[in-house]
Amino acid sequence: MSHIPASDSPPDSPSTQIVASAKAGPGTRLVRALVPALPFIWLLIFFLTPFIIVFKMSLSEPATAQPPYVPVIDWSEGLNGLLDALSQFNFENFTLLTDDWLYAASALSSLRIAAISTILLLLVGFPMAYAMAKAPEKHKPLLLMMVILPFWTSFLIRVYAWIGILKPEGLLNMVLQGIGVIDQPLQILNTDTAIFIGVVYSYLPFMVLPLYATLDKLDWTLLEAAQDLGCPPWRAFWQVTVPLALPGIAAGALLCFIPIVGEYVIPELLGGPDSLMIGKTLSDEFFRNRDWPLASAVAVVLLIIVIGPVMIFRELETRRLEKSR
Amino acid sequence: MTNVRTDARKRDSLAIGAVRRDFAPWLDPAAKPLIRYEAVTKQYSDFVAVNNLTLNIYEREFFCLLGPSGCGKTTLMRMLAGFEEPTAGRILLGDQVVSGIPPYRRPVNMMFQSYALFPHMNVEKNIAFGLVQDGVPKNEIADRVAETLRLVQLTPFARRKPDQLSGGQRQRVALARALIKRPKVLLLDEPLGALDKKLRSETQFELMDLQVNLGMTFLVVTHDQEEAMVMADRVAVMDKGTIKQIAPPGQVYEQPASRYVAEFIGDVNIIEGKIAEVGEHQVRVTRSDGAGTLLIDLQNEPVSVGQEVAVALRPEKLVLHRDLPTDTPNVLSGDIWDIGYLGDWTIYLVQLASGQIVRVSRANSRRFVEQPLTWDDKVHITFASEAGVLLTH
Repeated sequence: MSHIPASDSPPDSPSTQIVASAKAGPGTRLVRALVPALPFIWLLIFFLTPFIIVFKMSLSEPATAQPPYVPVIDWSEGLNGLLDALSQFNFENFTLLTDDWLYAASALSSLRIAAISTILLLLVGFPMAYAMAKAPEKHKPLLLMMVILPFWTSFLIRVYAWIGILKPEGLLNMVLQGIGVIDQPLQILNTDTAIFIGVVYSYLPFMVLPLYATLDKLDWTLLEAAQDLGCPPWRAFWQVTVPLALPGIAAGALLCFIPIVGEYVIPELLGGPDSLMIGKTLSDEFFRNRDWPLASAVAVVLLIIVIGPVMIFRELETRRLEKSR
Repeated sequence: MTNVRTDARKRDSLAIGAVRRDFAPWLDPAAKPLIRYEAVTKQYSDFVAVNNLTLNIYEREFFCLLGPSGCGKTTLMRMLAGFEEPTAGRILLGDQVVSGIPPYRRPVNMMFQSYALFPHMNVEKNIAFGLVQDGVPKNEIADRVAETLRLVQLTPFARRKPDQLSGGQRQRVALARALIKRPKVLLLDEPLGALDKKLRSETQFELMDLQVNLGMTFLVVTHDQEEAMVMADRVAVMDKGTIKQIAPPGQVYEQPASRYVAEFIGDVNIIEGKIAEVGEHQVRVTRSDGAGTLLIDLQNEPVSVGQEVAVALRPEKLVLHRDLPTDTPNVLSGDIWDIGYLGDWTIYLVQLASGQIVRVSRANSRRFVEQPLTWDDKVHITFASEAGVLLTH
């Protein structure tokens, strides 16, 4: 019985006492301060700390040792050890990144693949989300379920399944040859096309869900109003639906673009030897060359590349909110 | 703000009187209706929204479709706008059959119940939307938008977004957006439904002025009878997809065609009975509760002896007495069961011997009454023979 005490309850009733103690206790105040701090603590432990470690590594030099880089801060030497390590840090790895064309090329290629994939995702996802938002109310939970359903199978297995579909003697080529569309098997696997197929397939829910969330809230009488004022449906789509869906489009595009830039599994499994992606380059540096400092530098650069669009989105979002205020 | 509006009213009132006083094209057999619904039916999978309905609306008329929700009034309007197509029958606008013409090519504009303002456009852009679609030159758009903004007194709010406006201002933006194209017919779906009471009664008069000044035909859908009564030249009372009566507001109130209309419009007391005697001008009705007879004026509809009828009595046409009057044939006696004091009026609920409650309203024309009527007082209700309306169905 923990309801809010009514004003007519006697002064010593248990409920009044509970309220009194909740008001004062110093422990409660600490808990209250902790609640909003929790996400920050989370970010501090699981994002900022690893990033600082990676950044520190990127300023070191590779070495044939365990761990494979120097300097390592020697905490036994106390402050001297820290200062000693700091004095040895340099930005050589970052200058090295600009020297070798490979890194810039893989970064650019990643951005290109991510950009094209995002556009493809938008082209596939928007009609899907639109149809879902327009579907009868009773069918919506089922449609939503179908979009989320692939998550119930391992991502890796789903990407492997595409190998079976796309390979020269795979399902797709068998079907196409069977119905006589082609007589030579298409070489799709190990090309950029395969990467696009894999990426669009894997990231589709991340595009559809935010779009659906926006379109589902859209007031369809606005489209009727547009038509009533002499606007044909296709024009109303561009003048009313798209501007109002913009927050969903931006959210979906970012949600896809950012992880695709750093995507590793899909190009590794479906891409060819010359499909360059920064995630693959990074992994090669870590595991093939065992050059942890350089790999860390690549990771830092990747982060900076990816932060760019996020900042632009945030800027747009704030401007939009300010405008509507 | 309020002063400005009152002044505007004063200026236009002469014109309104001249236009509205003798406006009755529906009485003129030679007059050609602007809108014609010809045996229109709209059938949805599980119910009939509009049932074989025929209706004529004339140019410059302020026409109200009045009825409870689900009576088909909105469907009727949406069929004219082009959002629904009739299952059977046809709709004519002027000489043109509009069926099959998409909404964006019909010369009618609609003000939506929710206003449906574009949230991503400011007031100006919202109002200009219709003209932009038609490819009107830019400078002409600017002029007409400025003029329309003045008309609805929104000039200072031109750059605001809809969510920065009050309900009343949003309503005017919606109105301005719908009338800027000067449509042949302006459709208004519950135009005042979202406004508070005071603003609503102000806006009713503004809408009437606007309609006369612009010389447009207005078709209004409403469930609010006061709104319909105040504004309309003619009211169509609808029920279950059919029209029960089309008449000017006064006629709908004083000469309801059926019990449904009498009960839907205003308050009414229904006394059931049977025709006992048919005279030249009056009939005698035997009350079903056995408490005597009533003398009621004969109406247009013929009645015969023995026929079951209902006598409809408006509360304001009834008079309360403490002592039994002798000079009137129509007396209903009972006790005061409840009293509702409204300031300008007092409502008395009188319980008759049969248990039936009769509602009587009395204007409080005096500030002080020596011996006011109070609960459980014995009273007699009288009324003139012309006050009762004989209803046969």
